[in-house]
Amino acid sequence: MRLLNRTAGRLSRHRRGPLAGLVVLLLGLLLTGGLYTALSPAQAETQASETEQVAEGKKLFLASCAFCHGKNGEGIATVREGYQVGPSLVGVGAAAVHFQVDTGRMPMANSAQQAPKKPVVFNDEEIAALAAYVASLGPGPAIPDEQDYSIEGLSEEEREEAIARGGQIFLTNCTACHNFNGAGGALPRGGYAPSLDGVEPVHIYEAMLTGPQQMPNFSNGNLGPEEKRDVIAYLESLKAAPEYGGFALGGLGPVSEGLFAWIVGIGGLVVAAVWIASHTTRSTRSKADAS
Amino acid sequence: MSTDARLDTSKVARTNGSTPATASKPNRAGSLANWADERLGLGTAMKKNLRKVFPDHWSFMLGEIALWSFVVLLLTGVFLTLWYNPSMGHITYEGSYDQLRGVGMSEAMASTLHLSFDVRGGLLMRQMHHWAAMIFIASMLVHLLRVYFTGAHRKPRELNWVIGCLLLLLGTLEGFTGYSLPDDLLSGTGIRAADGFLKATPVAGSYMSFFLFGGEFPGESVIPRLYIVHVLLIPGLLLGLIAAHMMLLVYHKHTQWPGPGRTEQNVVGFPMLPVYAAKAGGFFFIVFGVVAIMGGLLTINPVWKFGPYDPTKVTAGSQPDWYMGWPDGLLRIMPGWESVIFGYTISWNVMVPILIVPPLMLVILMLLPFIEGWITGDKREHHLLQRPRNAPTRTAVMVALMTFYGLAWAAGGNDIIAIKLESDINNITYFMRVAIFLGPLLAFWITRRWCISLQRHDNETLLHGYETGIIMRDPQGGYSERHAPIDGRRAYTLTARDRDHVLTAGEDTDEAGVAKPNSRTERVRAKLSAWAFGHNVQKPTAAELEAAHHHESHEAELQSGLDHPAEGRAMDDHQLRTVDEAPLRER
Repeated sequence: MRLLNRTAGRLSRHRRGPLAGLVVLLLGLLLTGGLYTALSPAQAETQASETEQVAEGKKLFLASCAFCHGKNGEGIATVREGYQVGPSLVGVGAAAVHFQVDTGRMPMANSAQQAPKKPVVFNDEEIAALAAYVASLGPGPAIPDEQDYSIEGLSEEEREEAIARGGQIFLTNCTACHNFNGAGGALPRGGYAPSLDGVEPVHIYEAMLTGPQQMPNFSNGNLGPEEKRDVIAYLESLKAAPEYGGFALGGLGPVSEGLFAWIVGIGGLVVAAVWIASHTTRSTRSKADAS
Repeated sequence: MSTDARLDTSKVARTNGSTPATASKPNRAGSLANWADERLGLGTAMKKNLRKVFPDHWSFMLGEIALWSFVVLLLTGVFLTLWYNPSMGHITYEGSYDQLRGVGMSEAMASTLHLSFDVRGGLLMRQMHHWAAMIFIASMLVHLLRVYFTGAHRKPRELNWVIGCLLLLLGTLEGFTGYSLPDDLLSGTGIRAADGFLKATPVAGSYMSFFLFGGEFPGESVIPRLYIVHVLLIPGLLLGLIAAHMMLLVYHKHTQWPGPGRTEQNVVGFPMLPVYAAKAGGFFFIVFGVVAIMGGLLTINPVWKFGPYDPTKVTAGSQPDWYMGWPDGLLRIMPGWESVIFGYTISWNVMVPILIVPPLMLVILMLLPFIEGWITGDKREHHLLQRPRNAPTRTAVMVALMTFYGLAWAAGGNDIIAIKLESDINNITYFMRVAIFLGPLLAFWITRRWCISLQRHDNETLLHGYETGIIMRDPQGGYSERHAPIDGRRAYTLTARDRDHVLTAGEDTDEAGVAKPNSRTERVRAKLSAWAFGHNVQKPTAAELEAAHHHESHEAELQSGLDHPAEGRAMDDHQLRTVDEAPLRER
């Protein structure tokens, strides 16, 4: 107690000092700010920051995207009809931006048939800002929440059903380009359906929702949100399951199987034939015994 | 070979006669064998065949890979039939593979999944069966190449060549029917393609399709039908033809490489028992082992990922197994040509790559020995093999065919090439459309010139010896490599080949001035003969060899330092020779 008194006494000595007012003011501000951050309703925060985000997003957009997509995201056409430097982004929604930018496809390094997946250029905040800006250009699909594409909340039985259903939807709608294993496939004129190996569920969901690059758009009208979720559940279940048959050989189908049959199978057996033929009759008897 | 005389031959049969040896002292095994022989009379046949001699060379064992993988196919195939249910009846899968539980499918597919997941060792057997099938056809192909490149298809083995070609065809059909049985997505896509091929046949197409499927595709009959074809009809034919192939092999005796002591009348090698029984028997276990390792470690046809066939579904990477890859490739690069005649569509885009070219290629393959026999006019029997270089045109023809095959084959994987090499699938197609015509021609030309150069090299070796690697420097500072004569065995082997005989056409008319009946065919044949053999390099004559050896020994004499230090190329000139040696060059 004495110690406390002594300390208080020491502090109170400075109460009329020249900096006391400033310190109290700073403390008050810190407390108010801290309490506001902790207790204020979430709505108010997003409302406030969305405008900032859009403004921030617009800045980033003008620096990195406007060259192809136009200063207002209206797209830039070329002289050839139907061809564009970059398409209009009005109405593509935040989901499209999140997919393209968060997988590193945008900004493109050079004009090409297709934007390849590459290291991501922007951080999460910047991507959110860009998404907010593009979403502000016109109504479009939002970035899905985890509960949209996760089957965590379902019962064991429902999960199994979802996975089996998802597999059939996958084989009906996706494998024609992406291959039965999600290993990818070729499209005309140098295009390709990329491999689904290591792709985040959120990106698969967004790809279905927005139809990036050469991919068709699976709107909620023709593939409902639950069906999209099931497809993702099926793909995740394939990842979790062991390769029952051994090495998958790239999961490319009969071409890689043929390659292995020739290289490992025939190659190995020809080596064995050479080995057998190079060993002639052998006897344990020494030459001295024979004579 | 002085040790040969001292080898103990007391355990070896003393004659090649047909009476079996009897034990001099009665023992238990001998009396048992005698009991059996008196009732079955196998001793005589065994005596002859167990002592049958086979020559030793690795390339003679390629056909054996096919034989042994066929045995593996029979063994694993029998296992699979115990669980597989060839029915297109519709059921709901309730097995232990989660991702397909509750999905409707045919009983064929459900039993395939049952085999893969619920039968102990079932997946291993399925994968072994499939890998063995891939290896079976691949080994037939490499065996075929060996036979052709070494001239083993010549008289008297032409018919065995034809049987081999039929085995290749049947093996391919057997593979296709097997590929179709699981009724997974790939199977169904393959059957649908086959349905399209049938329907592309003018006039009879749709009738053939309805006949095969028992109505409209897919119907409910095709899988049971393909199953009987796969397990009974084709295996029966294969077994019969394999037996005929092997009996002819025994009857003709095996071919051998030329060498000292080897003639058209003998076979030099080791006897069936014990040497080849051990080698061939051991090779069976190696083939079985390789197939088992592949079946155990490498996924093949993961039907559970393809799911049941459904005409609304398809997957990227839908390819046939490798042996059907080349017609598929031709189909992929064929332009989409169609013409309409009297209101009927003729689908050239399917007919040419599937219904015309592959049967045509098979006919060409079967006719190769007969075409060659006609051009050479050679009616002799051949049991000594030829090196590929000593038949440049023949070797080049096969390399051209291989190039055609290889390009078509690669075109069949154009989508995989496009994604793995990051190239444009359309450009691959355009490239292949040109390469399929130019590639074989280029390959023919390169191979033929290459063979002729190798023939020339052989002659160099015979006449001037081999390159010793010793570089010599003469007083003028010039460098040359010292050549040394090759040994007699090698020289014998190099010269153990016939001279090519270019046919010439006779007069068009006989002595009486009447036109000869076959003069036109003869002229064609003479032209072909000149085209095929006119460029070949013939082996040196005895006189040329004699002269060269005389020169060589003289050179060696000089190099041994009698008068001068060795001076390499300088000795090719007259400067080291005395006056009486001067005519050497003119000799």
